[in-house]
Amino acid sequence: MKKAGGKTALKRSKEEDEEQNQIFNFNRKPADEDKDDDLSDSEDSVYSGLEDSGSDSEEEEGSDDDEEEGSDDDEEEGSDDNDDKMKEKKEGEVSEEKKKHEYEHDSSDEEDIRNTVGNIPMEWYKDFPHIGYNLDGKKIYKPIRNKDELDDFLDKMENPEYWRTVHDKQTGSDVVLSDDQVELVNRLQRGQFGDVNFNECEPMVEFFSSDVMIHPVTNRPADKRSFIPSLTEKEKVSKLVHAIKMGWIKPRRVEDDGRGRYYNLWASEDSSILARHKMHLPAPKIPLPGHHESYNPPPEYLFTDEERALWEQQDPADRKLPFVPRKYSSLRQVPAFSQFIHERFERCLDLYLCPRQRKMRVNVNPEDLIPQLPKPKDLQPFPTTRSLVYRGHSGLVRSISVSPSGQWLASGSDDGSVRFWEVCSSRCMKTVQVGGAVKSVAWNPNPSVCLLAVALDSVVLILSPSLADKQVILSSERLLSAQQEGEEPAEGNGSVVWSEAEGEELNQGLRLKIQHPKAVHQVVWHAKGDYLASVMPDNTSHLQVYIHQLSRRRSQNPFSRNKGLVQCISFHPIRPYFFVATQRSIRIYNLVKQEMTKKLQTNSKWISSMAVHPGGDHVICGSYDCKLSWFDLDLSTKPYKMLRHHKKAVRGVAYHRLYPLFASASDDGSVIVCHGTVYNDLLQNPLIVPVKVLRGHVMTHDLGVLDVTFHPTQPWVFSSGADATICLFT
Amino acid sequence: MGGLQKKKFERGSATNYITRNRARKKLQLSLPDFRRLCILKGIYPHEPKHKKKVNKGSTAPRTFYLLKDIRFLLHEPIVGKFREYKIFVRKLKKAYGKTEWSAVERLRENKPTYKLDHIIKERYPTFIDALRDIDDALCMCFLFSTFARTGKCHVQTIQLCRRLTVEWMNYVIASRSLRKVFLSIKGIYYQAEVMGQLITWVVPYQFSHDHPVDVDYRVMATFTELYTTLLGFVSFRLYSSLNLVYPPKLDSNGESEPKEESEDDYAMNSESYLEKLSALSASLARVVSSADEEEAQLDQFPSEGEDMEKMEAREKELKQQEAQKKLFEGLKFYLNREVPRESLAFVIRCFGGQVSWDKSVCIGSTYDVTDETITHQIIDRPSVGKQYINRYYIQPQWLYDCVNAKILLPVEDYFLGVTLPPHLSPFVEEKEGDYVPPEKLKMMALQRGEKPGNEQEEDEEEEEEEEGEQEEEEEQEEDDNGDEEDDEEEVAEEKNLKKMEEQRSQDKSLHVKVTPGKLKVENKARLEQEEKAEEKRLAIMMMKKKEKYLYDKIMFGKKRKVREANKLAAKRKAHDDSEKAKKKKARK
Repeated sequence: MKKAGGKTALKRSKEEDEEQNQIFNFNRKPADEDKDDDLSDSEDSVYSGLEDSGSDSEEEEGSDDDEEEGSDDDEEEGSDDNDDKMKEKKEGEVSEEKKKHEYEHDSSDEEDIRNTVGNIPMEWYKDFPHIGYNLDGKKIYKPIRNKDELDDFLDKMENPEYWRTVHDKQTGSDVVLSDDQVELVNRLQRGQFGDVNFNECEPMVEFFSSDVMIHPVTNRPADKRSFIPSLTEKEKVSKLVHAIKMGWIKPRRVEDDGRGRYYNLWASEDSSILARHKMHLPAPKIPLPGHHESYNPPPEYLFTDEERALWEQQDPADRKLPFVPRKYSSLRQVPAFSQFIHERFERCLDLYLCPRQRKMRVNVNPEDLIPQLPKPKDLQPFPTTRSLVYRGHSGLVRSISVSPSGQWLASGSDDGSVRFWEVCSSRCMKTVQVGGAVKSVAWNPNPSVCLLAVALDSVVLILSPSLADKQVILSSERLLSAQQEGEEPAEGNGSVVWSEAEGEELNQGLRLKIQHPKAVHQVVWHAKGDYLASVMPDNTSHLQVYIHQLSRRRSQNPFSRNKGLVQCISFHPIRPYFFVATQRSIRIYNLVKQEMTKKLQTNSKWISSMAVHPGGDHVICGSYDCKLSWFDLDLSTKPYKMLRHHKKAVRGVAYHRLYPLFASASDDGSVIVCHGTVYNDLLQNPLIVPVKVLRGHVMTHDLGVLDVTFHPTQPWVFSSGADATICLFT
Repeated sequence: MGGLQKKKFERGSATNYITRNRARKKLQLSLPDFRRLCILKGIYPHEPKHKKKVNKGSTAPRTFYLLKDIRFLLHEPIVGKFREYKIFVRKLKKAYGKTEWSAVERLRENKPTYKLDHIIKERYPTFIDALRDIDDALCMCFLFSTFARTGKCHVQTIQLCRRLTVEWMNYVIASRSLRKVFLSIKGIYYQAEVMGQLITWVVPYQFSHDHPVDVDYRVMATFTELYTTLLGFVSFRLYSSLNLVYPPKLDSNGESEPKEESEDDYAMNSESYLEKLSALSASLARVVSSADEEEAQLDQFPSEGEDMEKMEAREKELKQQEAQKKLFEGLKFYLNREVPRESLAFVIRCFGGQVSWDKSVCIGSTYDVTDETITHQIIDRPSVGKQYINRYYIQPQWLYDCVNAKILLPVEDYFLGVTLPPHLSPFVEEKEGDYVPPEKLKMMALQRGEKPGNEQEEDEEEEEEEEGEQEEEEEQEEDDNGDEEDDEEEVAEEKNLKKMEEQRSQDKSLHVKVTPGKLKVENKARLEQEEKAEEKRLAIMMMKKKEKYLYDKIMFGKKRKVREANKLAAKRKAHDDSEKAKKKKARK
């Protein structure tokens, strides 16, 4: 600032020397103070097209510079504003001396040059005799006497100039303001321009108007630089040119409205792009709305209160409808659908985000799925209706057996009796009280004898019911007594005791008692009728199966090792094989070679029963997990077929001796008769067709049918149930 | 033993798929750009058959694209445009940062743009392909055209959508291809048949949207970008197929010239043309001015047997369609200000009717309320001040129902203040066993030409009145019947007795009594049925596990359908009963 100030001063002095006029001009300025300043300034600004400057000191300085230029202009302008100048001159001459002095003590914000300490709090100097330094570096001393308050007061009272006296902090002296200065202060305080002569409301002269004038606005000759090509501009242009050359700057693009312009895109339909790739899966269309979505649906499509509550409870993903059907009485009442944008957005997401997969829709006719089986009608004969019911027992009938002639039926029940029935008349011919729940009964398959084996508790009884020809009865008696004459019963194995029945029991038909060490569950005859086997299920010992020979009253345990809990056993009808069913598998032993020939895996949890086909090559086995498995012994050790016909545990299975039939009895109270043709041709698999579901038993204690057996000659099936009855289906 | 060990996942399905991230890396695109590219090019993820194999043994959830698809994207010129745009944004940011405004301006002027023409052509090689896929485009454009001009997307997009939808509606009117309309709670569904393709679109009701926050408008905007291009090209092609001028122009010599007076104060010049177009009241200019469309006669082909039947059916259908196209011809409608003008004008004009509205509602009204030739005034308020005697005042649903029924329904059910009959969806085609609402049955009867409507109701009422008497009569009848039966039995017994007497008289030595056994009538048909049912049951038992499962599933679905139909029927019955009871009460 200071420098600048100095410079201007220097300049001024030079100019002073050069031209009188300028001096005048110069001198006029401080004389007129701000007013004149402003005036000239404004004029200048008008000329140079600059903005009007305020009275700020800096700008003042700037305006000073402008002024110089302006003054130059003034001069060059010539006679245009001569009159003004003349006036100014006069004024300037009058107050030249004073103004100059005033200028040196400029009291504006501009840095004070009388005291060089700068704009600092003056109290820093209060302890010193001086208050600063002048330009030459000499101390400026304080005025000798400092006024105290009393002096001040006196001054105030007595000095008529007091009101216009101002204390100058910088110099410590009092300055008395002149009339002009007072007037200026007053004007400024009133918010007026400092210059009295300044007319604020002068009419504006349109200077840069739309009219083209012959003369230039300024008379200033063109600069030299305006004739010489500019170097910087050249640089800039060459840069641009280079950029354009290099393609960095592109020419302004022509605004093409190509977005809105359409044409016949499919004018030439070539098939080259048709087969882009074969994996393209077009997105499925949005399903069309149903009656539910109507603004006025039929009443049945609206939600009831429960349906609505359910809808609200459900997770949005589980809902059948994504909205609640609503009814509006007229179209004007229909509001905006709040989910509309959502639905569109979901669709968008589906279109580009949802993985697509080609899925073959199973469009099958359910009827085609049902296998084509031969009609049951063509597979007759088989039992179809319940024709006879044998009543008389008072407990569950656990086991039944038909005599080889097919005339008699024996049944053992939990009420401790064995009953003999005539098959055709359902008449109970004989009742034998054996004193214990009968577990199993088995009629001797040899038609020349008439014997029945009964298993109860730990005893196997041999009964001779004497329900046959005399010849047969005699022969059976002979069989029982044959051994008696021969030799003493072999007491070798000790655990099994044979004893004869006596007295009352003899009268009832009881002939022999075979005492076992443990509870006997099942008793089975060999086809020849001389051997019989009994089962004592026990997980801990190897003494589970006994084979008894009736003619020699001998018993033997064929197995020396425990292979699991034995469920049931069976003799092969022709060959010397022996089937033992443990909990999960069936073992087949060759009795002659004393070895195991096969082990069948049943894939079921717990076998309940087993039956061997009269041909001997097929075995069926029922299990407590509702399954019936058919084994083809020639085929594999795995089941040839698993039948899941029953809803509950299978309790008994049986083959028919002559007809290709087998039956299964279950706890769900039904007996299912299936047709199972076995072909002699080894290549042809057995054909298994269920032919009839027989129902007749009442469920008691959650038990249904307990045992099932076929008639030896007729296509009839007997079933014994937990409701203490036996049914005959023909 | 020789041979290199085969490495896993180097052949087969693992090499056919590529995960999204890997695809992105391969294309060197950011995720938004990749997403945009997928949308524009119509690339979607595929679900591999063996996900674990493709995922190289991992079961992490990943989206897979076909490798072929991604390779196909590699050569897409638009990918380059995306990169250019990215660079543009970077430059712009830099210029902003340096506050180089001239540079900003220059950059903005050179903002890279891209065209989607080749993509449309590539995605839809034939015009029919494009038509098939235009449903979504229409829905989206109609939605965007209802958006406010502020906020969610560019104003230009909204204007473009509006323009395209107006063009589409004008085309549908000109070709008279609208088939079905449905007022749903979501919006108004329209179905048109264009070039043999059924095209369905939904238009939201005219309300301002409250924009949900969980919707990504960028995705929607990208789709709209594609759809507007598609729709423009389709419109062009459709217009040219009808010999219409493509940027549509109003027919200057049309008989129904909109009044010119009010135009100036209605809208700015630049906008008023589109507004006039969107008023849908005037017909469009044609390239070749052939005013009358020649009726396309179906050529007769010599045919035999089944073909003949088919041909006849087709002919009948065509005739019906023609009749439907002229459904409202000769009718003059006036729309009150409270009804949805655009939808109704569109529907009426699609079926040849004349339509007008109050001129303060919209530009392009052709006649006033006071016109004496107006036949129907569409009104949706409980009452109206001044009524003209020579016109029907009906509610808007009548129009839509007429369109769906393809005949002019009786207007009585739709009069002012009358409870409207239910509005049914025309898109439901009931198969056998489905529930058919009684209204639909009624409509079908009307279509067949029967006129059961009022008579039935009257009958019903009468029936109700006479119900009591009838019941008594019925009881009497029953008694009579019983008597008759008794009589018959008696007669039979008498006969038997006579016979027995005769027998006795013939041989008196025999004292064996034979009581007449009761004849057990065996219903043969029923027996047979039972037998068949059992056979089926047994066969089902023998089904394989897999098939059984499928069978059970199918049967379950069938049963559920039946159950639902029954439920609806029961609901309806309960409702009707309660209504009847109410009526009775009211009468008493």
